Amino acid sequence: MSGKTVGVIGAGSFGTTVANLIAENADVMLYARNKETVEKIAQSRENNGYRIHERVSPTNSLEALAGECEIIFPVVSSSGFREMMQNLSGYVHPYHMLIHGTKGLDVSLPPGKTIDDPDVHLSRRNVKTMSEVIRDESSVVRVGCLAGPNLAREIADEQPAATVVASAFDTVIAEGQRLLRNDRFQVYGNKDLIGIELTGVLKNIIAIAAGMLSGLGYGENTRSLLISRGMVEMIHLGRALGGNMEAFIGLAGIGDLVATCSSKYSRNYTVGFRLAQKEPIDQIIASMDEVAEGVNTVHIVKRFAEHYKFRAPITEIVYKIIFEGLSVEDGENYLMKIPLNVDINFM
Amino acid sequence: MNDKYNHREKYDPIIPDAKEWPVVRLSKHRAEFVDKVTDLTFDSIKSKRKSVKGLVAELEKTRYLEKLRIKKSPWKVDPEDDYEFWKNVKQDLLSIQSQNGQGEKSADAVLQSIIHRYADEIAGHFKQSSYKFARSVVTYGFARLLNASQSKNFSGLFRGRKTLRDKIRIRGDVDHVRDLATKGTLVMVPTHFSNLDSILIGWVINELGLPPFIYGAGLNLFNMSIFAYFMNSVGAYKVDRRKKNPIYLETLKMYSNQALQEGCHSLFFPGGTRSRSGMIEQKLKLGLLGTTIEAQRAIYERGENRKIFIVPVVINYNFVLEAPSLIDQYLEKEGQEKYYYESDEYSDSYKITKFLLKFFTKAAEISVSIGQVIDLFGNYVDEDGRSVNKSGSHLQTRDYFMQGGKITVDQQRDYEYARLLSERIVEEYHKFNEVLPSHIVAFVAFVQLRKQFKDIDLYSFLRLPEDELIIDNRLFRRNIKKLRKVILNMVDEGHILAGPAFELKVDEMIEIGVTNVGMYQSKRPLKRTADGDLITEDIRLLYYYHNRLVGYNFDEYVR
Repeated sequence: MSGKTVGVIGAGSFGTTVANLIAENADVMLYARNKETVEKIAQSRENNGYRIHERVSPTNSLEALAGECEIIFPVVSSSGFREMMQNLSGYVHPYHMLIHGTKGLDVSLPPGKTIDDPDVHLSRRNVKTMSEVIRDESSVVRVGCLAGPNLAREIADEQPAATVVASAFDTVIAEGQRLLRNDRFQVYGNKDLIGIELTGVLKNIIAIAAGMLSGLGYGENTRSLLISRGMVEMIHLGRALGGNMEAFIGLAGIGDLVATCSSKYSRNYTVGFRLAQKEPIDQIIASMDEVAEGVNTVHIVKRFAEHYKFRAPITEIVYKIIFEGLSVEDGENYLMKIPLNVDINFM
Repeated sequence: MNDKYNHREKYDPIIPDAKEWPVVRLSKHRAEFVDKVTDLTFDSIKSKRKSVKGLVAELEKTRYLEKLRIKKSPWKVDPEDDYEFWKNVKQDLLSIQSQNGQGEKSADAVLQSIIHRYADEIAGHFKQSSYKFARSVVTYGFARLLNASQSKNFSGLFRGRKTLRDKIRIRGDVDHVRDLATKGTLVMVPTHFSNLDSILIGWVINELGLPPFIYGAGLNLFNMSIFAYFMNSVGAYKVDRRKKNPIYLETLKMYSNQALQEGCHSLFFPGGTRSRSGMIEQKLKLGLLGTTIEAQRAIYERGENRKIFIVPVVINYNFVLEAPSLIDQYLEKEGQEKYYYESDEYSDSYKITKFLLKFFTKAAEISVSIGQVIDLFGNYVDEDGRSVNKSGSHLQTRDYFMQGGKITVDQQRDYEYARLLSERIVEEYHKFNEVLPSHIVAFVAFVQLRKQFKDIDLYSFLRLPEDELIIDNRLFRRNIKKLRKVILNMVDEGHILAGPAFELKVDEMIEIGVTNVGMYQSKRPLKRTADGDLITEDIRLLYYYHNRLVGYNFDEYVR
């Protein structure tokens, strides 16, 4: 093992972007599940409309990737994350470092159960962040995550931006910084891995709501109302899930929230926008190339909040709109009637 | 493999020749070992504080704290020249400061002398002859006392050891532990509830045929000559909780680290001190735990492969003699945040002897549950000492220290490993906690009462007059039945252990529990009234014994 080549698992738009970023500092192996994708990348040096850096070599073998790379960045959707880890598990060792870039939650239930079954209670036992899935499924302990306002399109266009690498291990942060940093891309470190993961996860709910408001034709007052109240809700939910408030007021929290609540490049925002345009949710999801994590997150967090009996009004409304057919207008009316008269109650 | 009791007779020693015991080898070279620890600690401290000014400030702080300790909490065990020594340190520091480091004695020399003093104090005085004596006193003497008290006649004194084995139930995969003791270095980490734990665990180690472990015993125990004698004889090294200065802590950690590297099986209570609340330790001290990681890394760096194994042990009593003072200290600290000094409820040999007699003659069953052995990274290990991950494949623990293809020194990483290890040990404690009938009755009784008064806070609740606290027996019985079922389900799933009384009928189990909980305490935590209900004579004690089952979310099953 050379130890110099870095692995990226997942050739979606963000995975490709991460691979390209790292390629400015190191050789990269990019894993795609699909053989055709690998061949296509190898031939056209392009993927999903993103060009592929010359130092990136595509592969279809997790074994080869884990054998070659000590540092691996898994960037696959949360729904496929656990399975990917199970496939990878046999090839990784305690010397590996895994820094994931997935902003979603994992739910493990007994076989045959779904999260909508009335006897299923979602608690912190069965709702896991991706770093916890990595720990569950492998011997890797040096684990971290990437989070921040990182719209793939803008990074690909080489606009200045920044990200956060979070890990309990200084060395993981240092390696993440060394590999990702360049003149246009700043990398901050944070020790609160769970907190940072949760900000990235929870902000997607608010992003869907932001898309809805724009879809209704509202402007900036409404958006900032949503962003600031959304922030409060995120902090409450984040604490219930085991994160600290500090994570939420940094780049990966408020920073990412502002970006995704304002950008048509955000998939979650787009889902909300199109819902407000009265497009049915099935049709929206079917038409998207990649997963909007927020849809799944809303579902999980709604059930989770139920179990712990606390109110998360924005999440509840977004849930009702997506899964119970409430109209976006009614949802918005309902939210405006909630007597929330304390501005800051979490400090 | 773990749900059976060990009824067999004592195990044969795995190393019959005492000369081969690591602790004997260590004690033979005591002076050299102390010097080695001193030198290594010195290097370690110097590497962190490069400037003379910084070092002098550190020394000055240490001197000040030591002066405070001598003044505020002097102990019998403290050396006579304590005051003198630190006075001299003051002189030396003054002259160093006034002469800009050009004085007779350099700051380095002062540091060296302090470390040496600490290392010498920490190092044990293992004597093989007194080990043998202490061992026979504990095993035979107490066994006979116990028998005598059982049979209430003199002839009981000469019955075998079987009764002690029956009273103290050891459960767990003993053969595995014995095997691993020959393949690697064991670090036994028991829960800590009573001053008695040290002696009890020493007896258990001997009973299992393991060579003596070195262990970090609170220096306060050495205040009492009886304890001091036992401690010195079983390879104890001294841990002084009053000394919290970095130089002392560094020396202590280096001592443990080096002893582990020499292959000495070690024992320490990772909770640091007896659980005041009666709860299983929820958070462990990372200092000594961290030394296992550092020692393992150093062993690998030398190119050796000997592994260090962690053996979690959960000790369960029906009756903790010092419970009243422990829970008072806990409530005082938690409730009013009053500052309190480490107090010693057994400050003289008379009291401690009385305590021991009472304990060994009267104590009801004690359960010692030996957990499954894990490596330093929380993986279970197989019969050959190989680490096995969750999916059942083997892994190399050396890999945890590797980066870029080689072993690297990274203190922050190793600190994080220690933290993760502490979480794993706590997890294992909960798994290998054996529920005794006294625990379940105390738990249900307390929660049932608490739910009657749920509108007032815990501290007001604990101040309610006892005659208001009546536990309705019908509801109590129903609650016990329900919780017992929950616990037995958890036993099947491997989340907890249940004592043999769980095989009895519910009412029998309840009666054993009520009779045994805090028995011999002057105020009983639970008592039956004439009309069959339950009352408490001391709600704080009931709270203490109830705490043993906190952390499993059992509250929701009690109405």
